[in-house]
Amino acid sequence: MLAYAFRRTLQSFPTVAAVALVVFVLFSVIPGSIATSMSDDGRGAMDAEVVQRMRKELGLDDPVYVRFAKYVGNLAVLDLGTSFRSREPVSQLLAKRMWPTMQLVLAAMGFAIVIGVPLGFVAAMRPGGVIDAVSMVTAVSGLSIAKFWFGLLLMYLFALKLGWFPTFGYGGWWYLVLPAVTLGVSPLALLARTTRAAALEVTNADFVRTARSKGMSEARVVRWHVVRNVAVIVLTTLGLQFGSLMGQAVVVEKLFSWPGIGSLLVDSVFQRDIPAVQGCILLIVLFFLVVNTLVDIACAVIDPRIKYT
Amino acid sequence: MKHLALLFSFALLLAGHADAQTPRKGGTIRMTAPYGAGLSGLDMHNTPRANDDIYGKVVHRTLYNYDSDKGVPVLELAKSVAVSNNGLTHTFKLRDDVFFHNGKKMTADDVIYSFTRIMDGKRAFPAARWVRIVRGAVDVEKGQATTIEGLKKIDDFTLEMTLTDRVDPGFYFYNGNTAIYPAGEADKPEFLQKPIGLGPFKFVEHIPGSRLVAERWEKFYKPGMPYADRVVIAIMGEAPARDVAFRNKEIDLSILGPAQYVAYREDPNLKNGILEVAEVFTRHMGMNPEFKPFADKRVRQAINHAIDTDLIIKRLVKDKAYRATSWLPLTSPAYDKTRKPYAYDPEKAKKLLAEAGYKDGFEFEWTTSQNESWGLPIVEAVLPMLARVGIKVKVKQVEVNVLIDLRNKGEFQAFILSTQSGPDALGALKCFHSATPMTACNYYRFKDAEFDKLVDAAGQTDSADERNALLRKADAILYDEAPVWFFNYNKAVMAYQPWIKGLQANATELTHQYPEHIWVEESSPAK
Repeated sequence: MLAYAFRRTLQSFPTVAAVALVVFVLFSVIPGSIATSMSDDGRGAMDAEVVQRMRKELGLDDPVYVRFAKYVGNLAVLDLGTSFRSREPVSQLLAKRMWPTMQLVLAAMGFAIVIGVPLGFVAAMRPGGVIDAVSMVTAVSGLSIAKFWFGLLLMYLFALKLGWFPTFGYGGWWYLVLPAVTLGVSPLALLARTTRAAALEVTNADFVRTARSKGMSEARVVRWHVVRNVAVIVLTTLGLQFGSLMGQAVVVEKLFSWPGIGSLLVDSVFQRDIPAVQGCILLIVLFFLVVNTLVDIACAVIDPRIKYT
Repeated sequence: MKHLALLFSFALLLAGHADAQTPRKGGTIRMTAPYGAGLSGLDMHNTPRANDDIYGKVVHRTLYNYDSDKGVPVLELAKSVAVSNNGLTHTFKLRDDVFFHNGKKMTADDVIYSFTRIMDGKRAFPAARWVRIVRGAVDVEKGQATTIEGLKKIDDFTLEMTLTDRVDPGFYFYNGNTAIYPAGEADKPEFLQKPIGLGPFKFVEHIPGSRLVAERWEKFYKPGMPYADRVVIAIMGEAPARDVAFRNKEIDLSILGPAQYVAYREDPNLKNGILEVAEVFTRHMGMNPEFKPFADKRVRQAINHAIDTDLIIKRLVKDKAYRATSWLPLTSPAYDKTRKPYAYDPEKAKKLLAEAGYKDGFEFEWTTSQNESWGLPIVEAVLPMLARVGIKVKVKQVEVNVLIDLRNKGEFQAFILSTQSGPDALGALKCFHSATPMTACNYYRFKDAEFDKLVDAAGQTDSADERNALLRKADAILYDEAPVWFFNYNKAVMAYQPWIKGLQANATELTHQYPEHIWVEESSPAK
């Protein structure tokens, strides 16, 4: 098991390196810089000499290969550089934002699992029934709904009209509810659909029919054969969704003034804060890889037929 | 008896009114930072961004403040200033009752330290733009000196400042990024996490991307101020979210865009809580005279005549703007109230184009961002108007940062942008002086000998009236020469809750409120 985890970790290095390269090249070729973005759409005053000096001091005038070499060199010693915007170490910026994003992602995933998985199972048990129809309409809506718009709807209904939750901000659990539901709606939909499809497939499989014909009780069939086999598929979907939620949090965090990695990423992109952008993207990628490695291991534990290769 | 009762009622009414106007102590002011990308950080020297100066006004202080009533910068950290005969040396008598949030009294050393820090070339602080006016500051920036020659401490509370040019230093040092820090403190790494300022509120916490909280500074130098106990700045770049939060009474102040402006004006519950001001920003289409057709004044004038500017302001900008009649904005003391804007007259435009040799029109590339008030929607509305006089437009849409980059490099035929045009009328018009390079701010490569003479003379006179008269004439030349399409001056609109009093109509930037003047009535839900 340990050897497998180690091998998976090693396999993720090329992915991280490729992402680092792509992000670096992308931000090297797009026009605009931290200096021009600071003028805040013309509201703030920047003059040409300051812009020139900033470019020089921040190393933006160096050739691309020099900058890349510096970046890789720093990365090798786990130095993510200094933010152009705040002049703070990027690792420090990320550390401040990590926990709020984790809170949001965990809450969104919790919401998606608690509602989505049972919904999918119930729908699969009575295919073509009312619950199935309702759950599938919900799932399709959840997948296609724009998060920004859905978040605004939730704000309007639960904050402005009902007064149950605050519109925005960060603090106790009540601040978490609306952003988590907004973020959780699409994984919920996907989980419901995947669970339904997987459960339908497994319940019609030969081994389930065999178990039933041997006189096994329905509860035992579901527990021993259906759930275990569905769990592998659901867990894989869950892992993919969980990993990508951090990236999806961008819109939700901005909308709800949630102080996470997503809002840092958006702000940094708009302000061409290259070290901060690189740091955020690397973190998101690493998170994705770690979660998926953990899911692979979990799948192997649930289904012994899966080998550690 | 009846008269007596009436008199008594009247007296009660008066007393009640007086009470309503008496600032109340306590409460929380809940501001918003509405512009896009959160706060950049907590080091004011490192940011020229309007968003950051909302926090700046709360926690920090500068040598001057901007007085919204008078429309000029006024001394803030100094009691008086004496100016030498040549207009270059300014001797400031600093206030001796100003304390930093760490309890230390402010002295001339702190001003010198702050300005020297700003000019540290290795740090490349944007605030250097303002301090560069002090003699010797550039030497520090270039690493050729460690102290600014033009700053001399006479005693703890007397500071002599020698400038390189005859300008009003108020227009330079009211800018929030020239904040005065306690000497030595800003070099400590913890300063960026827990800044120490001179402002009416001291820093409590900053949750990046979410909020900044500050609490009343008991030793603030203005007696009885600040009134409120706390200020919370919510970082809210998304206008629809701000709208819901404002209606839900979770925030006290919110900047409105054109669509919200219409909605708030029509809502009986909200229409009485709207503060409007003509900000010192001129929206315009800049024309590059190196592109042959734009080198001819008649073509530039024709464009001004060909566009139905009033219609665009009414329909697209929803009246959230004032028609521009030249470069200097409405609130400028040099603004000419008698000047009429270019009339919408397509026939005259055609005639001017024919005289310039463009009877069949021409085509140009117009670089624009997506901004709703001075971007793509405006360009799209203008296209058919220009087509009617034979001018075809190729639209080049880019992100606003890219647009600024292209403008600064001069890589455009025409661009549309909103540019600061005040409050320093002289500084604003100097951008059109032929000696000002394109890379500085003469993006229009404007060159006019008469204009130069007027601006130079305005810079030499000590009389404000004379200066304004000269600048008014210079602005008239700009109007006639039309280096830009004069679109509009921004009407900034802020919605405020009924319990918020003491707001200032700050024409330099409406979100920049000096919070010590604001008080919160009992009815606020935020205690």
